Amino acid sequence: MEKRATFSNLWLAAAFIAPQMLLIFTFFYWPTGEALYWAVSLEAPFGGSNEWVGWLNFQTVFSDPKYWDSVRVSLLFALSSTALSLGIAVLLALFVDRRLAGHQVYKFTFFLPYALAAPAVGLAFRFIFSPDAGFVSAVNRIWPGLWNPAFNGNDAFIMIVLAQAWMMVGYNFIFFLAALQSIPRTVSEAGAMDGAGVLRRMWDIQLPLITPTLFFLIVINITDSFVNSFGIVDITTGGGPARATEVMVYKIYFDGFRGKDYSLAAAQSIVLMLLIIALTFIQFRFIERRVHYS
Amino acid sequence: MVERNPILDTFTHALLIISLIALLIPFWIVFVAASHDFHTVNQVPMPLWPGSHFFENISTAWVQGNFSRVMLNSMIVAVGVTGGKILIASLSAFSIVYFNYRLRTLMFWLIFITLMLPLEVRIVPTYAVAADVLRPYREILNLFGLSIGLPEWNMLNSYSGLILPLIATATGTFLYRQFFLTVPDELTEAAKMDGSGPIRFFLEVLLPLSKTNMAALATIMFVWSWNQYLWPLLIITDQAHYATATMQLQKVVPGPVFGDPPIWNIAMASNLIVLTPPVLVTILLQRWFVRGLISTDK
Amino acid sequence: MAEIVLRDVRKSYGKNEVVHGVNLDIATGEFIVILGPSGCGKSTLLRMVAGLETITAGEIEIGGKVVNQMEPRERGCAMVFQNYALYPHMTVAENIGYSLKIAGVSKAKRRARVEEVAGPLGLSEFLDRKPGQLSGGQRQRVAMGRAMIREPRVFLYDEPLSNLDARLRVAMRVEIRKLHQRLGTTTLFVTHDQVEAMTLADRIVVMNKGVVEQVGAPSEIYNRPQSTYVAGFIGSPGLNMVSGTVDPAAGVVRLTDGQELAYDRERWPVVTPGPITAGFRAENVELSNVGLKGSFDFAEELGSARLVHGTVGDQMVVAHVDGQLHFEPGDPIQFKIDPSEVHLFDAASGRRLAGERSPMPARNEAARGLVKA
Ligand SMILES: Nc1ncnc2c1ncn2[C@@H]1O[C@H](COP(=O)(O)OP(=O)(O)OP(=O)(O)O)[C@@H](O)[C@H]1O
Ligand SMILES: [Mg+2]
Repeated sequence: MEKRATFSNLWLAAAFIAPQMLLIFTFFYWPTGEALYWAVSLEAPFGGSNEWVGWLNFQTVFSDPKYWDSVRVSLLFALSSTALSLGIAVLLALFVDRRLAGHQVYKFTFFLPYALAAPAVGLAFRFIFSPDAGFVSAVNRIWPGLWNPAFNGNDAFIMIVLAQAWMMVGYNFIFFLAALQSIPRTVSEAGAMDGAGVLRRMWDIQLPLITPTLFFLIVINITDSFVNSFGIVDITTGGGPARATEVMVYKIYFDGFRGKDYSLAAAQSIVLMLLIIALTFIQFRFIERRVHYS
Repeated sequence: MVERNPILDTFTHALLIISLIALLIPFWIVFVAASHDFHTVNQVPMPLWPGSHFFENISTAWVQGNFSRVMLNSMIVAVGVTGGKILIASLSAFSIVYFNYRLRTLMFWLIFITLMLPLEVRIVPTYAVAADVLRPYREILNLFGLSIGLPEWNMLNSYSGLILPLIATATGTFLYRQFFLTVPDELTEAAKMDGSGPIRFFLEVLLPLSKTNMAALATIMFVWSWNQYLWPLLIITDQAHYATATMQLQKVVPGPVFGDPPIWNIAMASNLIVLTPPVLVTILLQRWFVRGLISTDK
Repeated sequence: MAEIVLRDVRKSYGKNEVVHGVNLDIATGEFIVILGPSGCGKSTLLRMVAGLETITAGEIEIGGKVVNQMEPRERGCAMVFQNYALYPHMTVAENIGYSLKIAGVSKAKRRARVEEVAGPLGLSEFLDRKPGQLSGGQRQRVAMGRAMIREPRVFLYDEPLSNLDARLRVAMRVEIRKLHQRLGTTTLFVTHDQVEAMTLADRIVVMNKGVVEQVGAPSEIYNRPQSTYVAGFIGSPGLNMVSGTVDPAAGVVRLTDGQELAYDRERWPVVTPGPITAGFRAENVELSNVGLKGSFDFAEELGSARLVHGTVGDQMVVAHVDGQLHFEPGDPIQFKIDPSEVHLFDAASGRRLAGERSPMPARNEAARGLVKA
């Protein structure tokens, strides 16, 4: 889209855009480029000349089973928390959109968890799900040893998935509800006239019409799960027990800042970036094009 | 619509009410835990009703977590990021939309791409830049054989280090661009006929018109920057002076292994202190927050 | 037999009542047009019949059964919406066949029925397109096809033509009328366009602010408007209306400036003296050297004729004139009004005066005049 009426003072145009360009160059493009450079070289980043090593860093990373563990954990974390929160959110949105008495209340309460910082959610969930205090520990009174995220990797994993899903439900709900409300009322009414009941209309009409939103949210949720996972994991499990919850961002942080191995961390960052770019690309290229209604 | 669905209606109400309770119960548990003494909070099963030690725990947590200082820091960062973002985003969107120059498509894409990669996935190199902000420029100068001695500018342990990298994304620019594109051309033409230049037009027409966008963006950005965790954790080592509120959460957690009996009541009190400002903002400004969520897509 | 009966039907949104007690009997096979200005409650009324709005008070009966508590699908109505409300993600064939799919009709049978319906609507070649790839007129036909395939007992249309351009609107009007002749389905059609109403309806229901002003055949509505509201709304231009005082002894209405307008005393034998509103059609006004004295304001060119706007005293009068004219604004002119075509309305309530003799159309009165002579 273009404006017909524009101004022609180019110095002004440059002055207006300069701050933003300086910032993104310094804090986005340069570091991203540098990550690429580090990923294919060795030696400390501060001072000293780096030595070109080609794919060596990637080979090191890829031959490390612990890295593949973190990839597996990250993807599993992303997929299960996304599926869980999207599933719950779409269900809630469909039923809130029935507009029975009191539906307004939900609109402004469901998204509250999204206002919290990931570590705050992590801390709350760590207490709630702790094996010897808090809310869930009661089950251990009945079946001793049933629940212990400190020692059981599955329990720990379930805990961080729940935390992430809980955080995102409200966000997804808001988008689904907005999408549902943008479907013309008369389309649903036409469905009712054609004989479709409430559930049938949800399945045949409302769900297909919000698929573009669904795909958009899938990408956002997966990206967000990579981002949030640090705060949640750092506070709840510290990547444990036995690396059962060591997600990619956490491993990058660990290798780069605790282990001081910037080259390895950079190579891992590059893989993660490519993963996210690929996701966004898929979203734009294929999915959006296929499910677009005018 | 006339619809007789007593069973489905009951199911709907039940589903929504149960979900509401399930979604709010963590808040309640945090609050309840923050209101009991050390002994009671570690009981199994835990009490589900608040106790009488709430203010005592909060004030202990407040002092222990140095919250007078870190809340102020978080506030400075959140306000700085929000203000900076709005300023820079509106200016650059104005430049892209309202001036006709060949590079503007390139500029737009350069900005747009930054939407894709959040700070968390590129922390390692960003950290290195923050340690010596002018290094990129020094290296570029070196590349051209110029050895102008740029000074070192270390952003670690500083407010600018906490704020500037967080501003360097496209969120707001995009929002403003979308809005500017909806402003009718006639308005610009009328302003030009009235003899107003670009700066006047920007200040007196566009900014007032974009008030609602600004409010929405500001709400979102405030909450987002308050909640930042990984970045401050990395670049702030001088915790006494520059720690932010969310960073304090790491200190109330018992080590990475579940070992010694954690002091849950104080931990939850600290959590409550940290989460109150963003929750308050979203509740009080819920209209803007929801609107911002939907229109920024992050 | 009455197919649809409305008994004191009311609708409120919160405290705000928007339909104030509508009574109506609709015979089987009748084509009823609900006509009224924007916001008068036409759609609301139609949607209550469809089951899309709950009925606040009163009763609606369809085919002898009270349907107040019935869901839309149980009422046997099919509806064509103003914006068509097609399912954007389904093809034309799926749109038309959706009700059959829900009813559990097999795929093959469904396809056959869809083709049967689509043929006469000229949609056969578009069956596999999505609504987004159709023109406005084609979408409109799909919406009609979707309604027709159900073979409903009642068709409901909510301003189905208002999104079309003028030519298409006329063409579709003809098709809707033809469809009605072919199927003979009872039809309720909502519009704010009086030409549409006049050309389509067996009977017109004129609504205003949630109240039915008059129900009748198009000619009856035109020739005997029951209220000043209907009189002003129907016809282009609407009925001329002037206020004055009636003098039944002389058979005249004395206007505010003292001039006298004669009416037919045989038609209105019993009139109480007092304030009154008199009305007459522009077609029944001639420019002449007798009649009400007034002045020329301006003329509207219609091509075959002209509408002359003038002022009598402080009241506006419009005349429909065939011949050419040459007047300047302010020129004195005289309006000759046919007394047998003067309608009388109560000045306070705006209702047509009761006690009118021979409720026959005006043409017949003229014929009677001839016989007398
Ligand atoms: N859901 C609603 N809540 C409150 N008031 C409503 C609602 N729907 C309609 N109304 C009011 O009821 C009145 C009648 O509305 P309706 O849609 O029936 O008008 P209409 O005659 O169809 O007008 P139009 O020709 O513009 O479609 C209007 O004043 C409208 O504001
Ligand atoms: Mg309407």
